[in-house]
Amino acid sequence: MEALILTIIATSIPLLLAATGELIAEKSGILNLGVEGMMLSGAVGALGAVLWLENPYYGIIAGALSGVLMASIFSVFTINFMTNQVATGLGLTIFATGLTGLAGAPLVGKTIPSLPKIEIFLLADIPIIGSILFKQDFVAYLSIAIIIFISFFLKYSKSGIILRAVGDDHQSAHSVGYPVKKIRWYASCFGGMCAGIGGAYIPLVLTPHWSEGMTAGRGWIALALVVFASWIPWRIIVGALIFGGITIAQLVGQARGWPIPSQLLSMMPYLATIIALTMISGRLSKNNSVVPSSLGKPFFGSQ
Amino acid sequence: MAKKELEILLKATKISKSFGDFVANQNIDISIAKGQIHALLGENGAGKSTLVKIFYGVLQPDSGLIEINNQKVSITSPNVARKNGIGMVFQHFSLFPALTVAENILIALDKKIKFNKVVNEITKLSKEWELFVDPLKLVSELSVGEKQRVEIIRCLMQNPSLLIMDEPTSVLTPQEIKNLFKILKRLASSGCSILYISHKLEEIIELADEVTILKSGKSIASINAKKTTTNFLAETMVGKKITELKKAIKSKSKKIAFEVKNLDKLKDHEFGISLTNINLQVNYGEILGVAGIAGNGQVELMEILSGEINCEDNDQILLDKIPIGTTNINERRKLGIETIPEERTFHATVPNLTLSENTFLTYFFKYSNTKSWITNLLNNPQNSLDESKKIIKNNDVRCPETNPLASQLSGGNLQKFILGRSLANNPKVAIFSQPTWGVDIGAATAIRQKLLDLSQSGKAVILISQDLEEIFELSNKICVINEGVLSEIFDVREITATDVGLLMGGKNRENQQMEPIK
Amino acid sequence: MITFIPRDKVSKNWIIIAPILSIVFTIFFGLLIFTFLGYNPLETLYQIFVSPFSRIDRISDILVKACPLIIIGTGLMLCFKSNVWNIGAEGQFIMGALLAGFIALSFPNIETKFFLLITISAGFVGGALWAFIPAILKTKLNVNEILVSLMLVYVAMLFIDFIVRGPLRDPMSFGFPLSKPYPEGALINKIPFPGIGFLGQLHYGILFVFLLVPVAWIFVNKTLGGFKINVLGSAPQAAKFAGFKRNSIIITVLLLSGGLAGVAGVIEVSANIGQLQPEVSFGYGFTAIIVAFLGRLSPVGILFAGIIIATVKLGADNAQMTMGIPKVVTGLFEGILLFFLLTGETLQKYKIKWSEGK
Repeated sequence: MEALILTIIATSIPLLLAATGELIAEKSGILNLGVEGMMLSGAVGALGAVLWLENPYYGIIAGALSGVLMASIFSVFTINFMTNQVATGLGLTIFATGLTGLAGAPLVGKTIPSLPKIEIFLLADIPIIGSILFKQDFVAYLSIAIIIFISFFLKYSKSGIILRAVGDDHQSAHSVGYPVKKIRWYASCFGGMCAGIGGAYIPLVLTPHWSEGMTAGRGWIALALVVFASWIPWRIIVGALIFGGITIAQLVGQARGWPIPSQLLSMMPYLATIIALTMISGRLSKNNSVVPSSLGKPFFGSQ
Repeated sequence: MAKKELEILLKATKISKSFGDFVANQNIDISIAKGQIHALLGENGAGKSTLVKIFYGVLQPDSGLIEINNQKVSITSPNVARKNGIGMVFQHFSLFPALTVAENILIALDKKIKFNKVVNEITKLSKEWELFVDPLKLVSELSVGEKQRVEIIRCLMQNPSLLIMDEPTSVLTPQEIKNLFKILKRLASSGCSILYISHKLEEIIELADEVTILKSGKSIASINAKKTTTNFLAETMVGKKITELKKAIKSKSKKIAFEVKNLDKLKDHEFGISLTNINLQVNYGEILGVAGIAGNGQVELMEILSGEINCEDNDQILLDKIPIGTTNINERRKLGIETIPEERTFHATVPNLTLSENTFLTYFFKYSNTKSWITNLLNNPQNSLDESKKIIKNNDVRCPETNPLASQLSGGNLQKFILGRSLANNPKVAIFSQPTWGVDIGAATAIRQKLLDLSQSGKAVILISQDLEEIFELSNKICVINEGVLSEIFDVREITATDVGLLMGGKNRENQQMEPIK
Repeated sequence: MITFIPRDKVSKNWIIIAPILSIVFTIFFGLLIFTFLGYNPLETLYQIFVSPFSRIDRISDILVKACPLIIIGTGLMLCFKSNVWNIGAEGQFIMGALLAGFIALSFPNIETKFFLLITISAGFVGGALWAFIPAILKTKLNVNEILVSLMLVYVAMLFIDFIVRGPLRDPMSFGFPLSKPYPEGALINKIPFPGIGFLGQLHYGILFVFLLVPVAWIFVNKTLGGFKINVLGSAPQAAKFAGFKRNSIIITVLLLSGGLAGVAGVIEVSANIGQLQPEVSFGYGFTAIIVAFLGRLSPVGILFAGIIIATVKLGADNAQMTMGIPKVVTGLFEGILLFFLLTGETLQKYKIKWSEGK
């Protein structure tokens, strides 16, 4: 049971990180559909760095940097050249799939050491809870820290309010004197960083070797999670755990030989995403104030 | 003149700014004295907004010099403007609907300040200046007048030495305007200069000390506002005599053309307005004016009158006593009801389509009865081209080329085209929303004349407008929409602008004494 | 600092120049990346862009590869024009192929080629049904079609895998996940050329493309339907004002694009594979998104774009065989190409002005 919960948590962390990053980007008005691509880049970056420097912690840094690099490409085109965000995001995923396939080719068949667990003094000794909550790896702690941080950041800090203001009405933000494009660049790159670390977590903890397209749609599920969470940070934790649970449930089902074909079990996370989106969207269309009003709209500057 | 004795606060010399080929400002000179209310007058597109955006650092001038207190400054951003004591209230507010009042004000402050302290200061200032707002409310929940108060408080928090106000009265009721003027005069007497942008002449004479007139991007005159007349201002602004509207003798019929009964419509999104128990009727040969401040349900009313959205009940709308509530917009067009929505581009027209295609947009249904099924499937380019040429010719639409894109037309010409397209269908009932909003005086006069002619020829017209002058000038009967509720209908001779103003602010006509605006 | 100034009118030349410039830029940046990753740039360039033209049968293979891309891309064009983001064509392709395959395998002895009309129609229905899910969710419940259509790709991939390994598996396939071979009547033959024989894999399915492109052109440019799609995409409010029904347009374009993807699936399987297998698509559904954009959302443009992208795909296959470059590398080119194409759209509407200062 304990092991099961631990695997569920581990499975949900990439989703959690990627969704959190995307949430910040979307709050500023940036809709980046390239999360899948940024996660793939994070994964391949982490693998390369760990094989080269032989320390899993460099993998986290490399993953973050790869994600930021991808987000920068996205930002140049959507923010500076005002391209359509939906199409550019798709392009980023296609591009990153190609690029990581190329960069990952030499890594095929090599295995990396996994990220060590960090026990928190005394707390880790608490039965059950201790090993679930206080015997995690660095990224797990980091992701919870990020969620707590951005919850407060968005609600109480002036910068957080400005970020929301930019996503709410970029023209007004510009009139009041905020550098809309710069703020969106930061938010977009933060999104890239989180997606990159989320992607890095996959080889660092879940499957320690490279395969093409190894994120298997997690980036897209992360996008759905942001909607599911109605742009409220802590709800991402709930959503990510649910999806982690569903993913693990189908693995358990396959392992225990449930009388359901494995492919149908594997569909569960994807079907669950559709169902979750459907349930949430009906509510959102009535209460649309939670959706950032400028989301996906390019900012042309002032006339 | 007294002007020379005054100390100059802001002096701008030879300000120029162009957007591509379009010259918005050309060598504009202006100087504003301390404690002076300085008006900036000009038609739409004369360059007023561009100039003040330059002063507030939203735009950068191509050339020119700005001095504040005799020191040369370069206002590179609104932050720099605020540091130099300049505050601005925008025409289309620069507020964030999803944030609270206090959050909105907090993020516009340059100094570091705690959230609670901001709330306290807002409460203090709003008492001091009688600008009442709840600091913890979401801006999306405020009325237009309240939003303006938030913008003013936001400026006052900075202790400005110059307050710029861009067309502040266009969204206010006459009573609110009175209050605003009181505040502005008090501000000026406390030493703060005010740059007041408007195209309304009476206001300027009432309020301003000095007025600078802009025309086609140039400053053509600076006049002492206390020693001039509205006529002189108008002619200087337009550069020619203004043609008066020809109002002929009425031959009113008593026949009801169009009627709305007990219509309710819940808002379909959070920022919308619910319509409550709408009742109205308009006779043939009559113009019914629907006054009201923007955002009080005009858009929603228009959607349901046009048939873009259907009524729940067929009996809720009647044409010649026949229920048509559940017919769609094209069926109503066939019945002779023509509508023009408020939004000119993206709603009444598609900007990246040609005029002939935009003609086809509301014209294609004409084929469905007359021609073979195959014609109904096609987009009939030749027919719509012929039709659009007629519209262009009959309505004096000035085009840069034959069959241009809608986006290539100026606002006034596009509106003339839209109106002409509706008239070409020879409507029995015409329902037009804000037909002269943001249009230059020449086009506005032409459009108003067409509306009068239409009612003279025995058609029924409903005119939804936020321009009270226009409503009184054209209408035979007047009603007011406020927060989705329509007032009873008054004959134009039985009601004064003050009454209408009260109704616009949601007060009963009977209960005429002014309450303090909360 | 760069500022963008709106143009009054789109320059006519730019419509042609932009895609060409985009391709040039793409090649440049692609080579930069190859060099950086340690591959010989000139040889890569040769393999990807020149080698597909080196023999006549290879050229005909370009057409074979372009065929599904053009068919799917034409359907996607309708969606993108009306601002509906169907990115699940890959799944619709699979479901079309699957439904057609099911019907084909139900009549194991049929020989007449008229049977193809039935299988192709079944493919259309299969793809359209799959696209109907995001269509109905979007119009009735306001669910984002991007995520739903994409999730359904994964579901379709798993579903065909399940079908081919389970219910439709050929007992004689020695454990391989393959269905029985299609009956003669469900196969699309190669085109014999008198005196030459077959040209590579060139098959009769290509005729469908030559039928589709003009029909699509007429639909988009000459009919009320095409006009409605155009208006809805550029100004949804104006579509309402004209009395066009938003929901029925959205459902129609999704059904059409799903159906066309399904047809592409049938043609691909019936002509090149001849039986069902777990993998039938090889990413055509995603690549077609790029094709639709490269073709500037116009049927004739998409015809050319399909051929160009097919060339790159074949070139990447060659590069994999000769240089060991993984063939997913086409994605790299497609991605960069899309970026520059979109930039081209911006520059079509705006002039760039370089100004001094900050």
